[in-house]
Amino acid sequence: MSSEEQVLERIERARRRKPRVREELITLAHGAGGKATRTLIEAVFLESFRNPLLEPLADGAVDGGLAFTTDSYVVTPLFFPGGDIGDLAVNGTVNDLAMCGARPAYLSAAFILEEGFPIADLRRITESMAAAARAAGVAVVTGDTKVVQRGKADGCYITTAGVGMADPAAGLSASAAEPGDAIIVSGPIGEHGVTVMLARGGLGIEAADLVSDTAPLNGLTARLLEACDGGRVRCLRDATRGGVATVLNEVAGYSEVAVVLEEDAIPVRPAVRGACELLGIDPLYVACEGRMIAVVDQRSAGAALAALRAHPLGAGAAVIGRIAEDPPGLVLLKTAFGGTRIVDVLVGDPLPRIC
Amino acid sequence: MCLGIPGEIVEILSDRPDLAKVDVCGVRRAINIGLLEGEALVPGDWILIHVGFALSKIDEAEAKSAMDFLESIGQAYEDEIAALRQSMIEQG
Amino acid sequence: MRFVDEYRDADKARALAARIAALCEPGRAYKFMEVCGGHTHTIYKHGLEDHLPSAVTLVHGPGCPVCVIPMGRVDDAIHIAERPGVIMTSFGDMMRVPGGRGSFLDAMARGADIRMVYSPLDALKIAREHPGRQVVFMAIGFETTAPSTAMTVLRAAAEGIGNFSVFCNHVTIIPAIKAILDSPDLRLDGFIGPGHVSTVIGCRPYGFIARDYGKPLVVAGFEPLDVLQSVYQNLVQLAGGRAAVENQYARVVPWDGNPKALAVINEVMELRPHFEWRGLGFISDSALRVREAYAAFDAERIFDIPGGRVADPKACQCGEVLKGVLKPWECKVFGTACTPETPIGTCMVSSEGACAAYYNFGRFSRDRVKEATRT
Repeated sequence: MSSEEQVLERIERARRRKPRVREELITLAHGAGGKATRTLIEAVFLESFRNPLLEPLADGAVDGGLAFTTDSYVVTPLFFPGGDIGDLAVNGTVNDLAMCGARPAYLSAAFILEEGFPIADLRRITESMAAAARAAGVAVVTGDTKVVQRGKADGCYITTAGVGMADPAAGLSASAAEPGDAIIVSGPIGEHGVTVMLARGGLGIEAADLVSDTAPLNGLTARLLEACDGGRVRCLRDATRGGVATVLNEVAGYSEVAVVLEEDAIPVRPAVRGACELLGIDPLYVACEGRMIAVVDQRSAGAALAALRAHPLGAGAAVIGRIAEDPPGLVLLKTAFGGTRIVDVLVGDPLPRIC
Repeated sequence: MCLGIPGEIVEILSDRPDLAKVDVCGVRRAINIGLLEGEALVPGDWILIHVGFALSKIDEAEAKSAMDFLESIGQAYEDEIAALRQSMIEQG
Repeated sequence: MRFVDEYRDADKARALAARIAALCEPGRAYKFMEVCGGHTHTIYKHGLEDHLPSAVTLVHGPGCPVCVIPMGRVDDAIHIAERPGVIMTSFGDMMRVPGGRGSFLDAMARGADIRMVYSPLDALKIAREHPGRQVVFMAIGFETTAPSTAMTVLRAAAEGIGNFSVFCNHVTIIPAIKAILDSPDLRLDGFIGPGHVSTVIGCRPYGFIARDYGKPLVVAGFEPLDVLQSVYQNLVQLAGGRAAVENQYARVVPWDGNPKALAVINEVMELRPHFEWRGLGFISDSALRVREAYAAFDAERIFDIPGGRVADPKACQCGEVLKGVLKPWECKVFGTACTPETPIGTCMVSSEGACAAYYNFGRFSRDRVKEATRT
């Protein structure tokens, strides 16, 4: 083994060490879905709540035929092209259940409202939640309301929880990927994250035809699971915070495999690309709210792709890579230029850069 | 060290002649062109954008001659590979 | 994307790579320094080294303006940001750079109002919108970025905006290159010159490198074919026994630079007698400050700043990495104590730093990966 390889081994050992929160205060990076979030979850939440259902840190918990999940929604601005906090709060939780292979059934909705928040805006939000629930075939069956003093919140925060019926035989898990499996993305990436970033207005960038991709994916996952024989779909993940790169790093880590991506094959709309080039960020790390990654047995890859493409939300689906054996835990990208690089998890948010 | 992105001028703002609306792959931003004094900029020109300012006007002729060079190397390489294949077939 | 995609073509890269390999004399090793962090980023992001023969090594230079900001200056900026009524603004690049008392993100968690901007003009806009607050722009960058800061100060002066100032940390590239050339343990065969700095300063200031040090320098663009071509042009010069300044990036870089940009820098800023660079120490005439005439826009004059020095941690070998003496992974703390989450040294703090780029993008064994990526 060369001395460089010895160093690389040493680094991988260091990366497997138990994470430690070094900061004394919560920073924005802890909420970005990257390494800082992961560290916080493992070192604080998992440490306190540890149990076998939580431990896989999946999108939801599955026990027998029951799937359960929860998510909080904070977004600025509350209304953006293609959606608002209301449909995000429904679709996000529906999608977390769908990624467990479950059929979403019931949702709860809890609102934290800031004193002075316009009732008209609240009504707009609840109407859009209702429409999203209808589209996803779920009902909001319980809820809660709290109002906090002006300045103690940013207008409106929503927490939803969801239960669904799972098929225990589906066996979906981020640790189930096997060498040779195909990696499929259900459509072009990064549209939600870029849309919201631009909608904040501070960057002065306009993109006329860019809208959030927020959508319920349960119809799509049902089609996919139907089209593939039992066990052929290894894992489903929606590529929310941290984007496709972060999700695939989880698969590589849990399954102890390498993920090999083809840069040319990854669908990115021109406007997303343009905004990302201007801001110096990589679309692989930008959040989607209606796109998922499916890891599928290579024998079912054709059927899976056809099933996804037959659904309007999967029309832009593409095979973007495959699972390999070695080096375990790493996501590699074969660049359009003919080289190879790593796609690692970011520490925090992808920040616009000038250099 | 300095992220610079090419963009195409779509409009010089009439009320602010130091600002141009610039298109990058379908997204647009107002870019300050005050550093390109003396360049007669018109829609369709390409500029290099850095932190909201245009630093230079892209020279299409220079771009073409650089691309021609890269293409000539590519062509020569393909010819060599083809010749190599041919000679291997002949030897084989 | 025009002027981008055509410079990322794999077939042209393979053809150029074959030429590069053919130009290498058997048994000779070549080391070229890409001065600019943007090139370092390009090299790793596109996996460019996969196209280079093993005889050619790229050494990552000091041209990352975020990496070279000394920790004391970050502390000074946070000190200003924590003053009542101040809104501190800077580019996204600065947000995670650690000083002695943490980064901007940490200061925000303690209550400081720090905002990310895309352009210095956006900081000026914030000042217009908040006349009761003092808005400070933490200016960083080489000659590429300094004209934008200067234009913004001129605009603020023209509009008579009284609540806007600049904390000036602009640095200049030539003294840094000179410091590297003068370091005794250095062995370089040539330079890949900084493309976007050169749009401002032009190609003439590099003349001394060819003339006095006998090294080729090729000003290069930021797409991977640009960088590969500049390696090729360096090798052609060496094969012909020449050392000259060449401009590979003529589509963007005029030989004489941008005179207007130089004029506005000179109007608003002047050289500091010396400035500390993280990893390289004090370098004379290597940074800019706001001129007396624009004192009303100079945060260093408006605020009382501590100006303390924070020594780089002892374990850190960034200086050696910046000079190309050590490869990132040869540093004792690389990847274990020093990571992008917990950077110790300058090269790990920005995605353009040599160590961060290697850690994030290149941290794998090429031999092992060959098998995994075979199609």
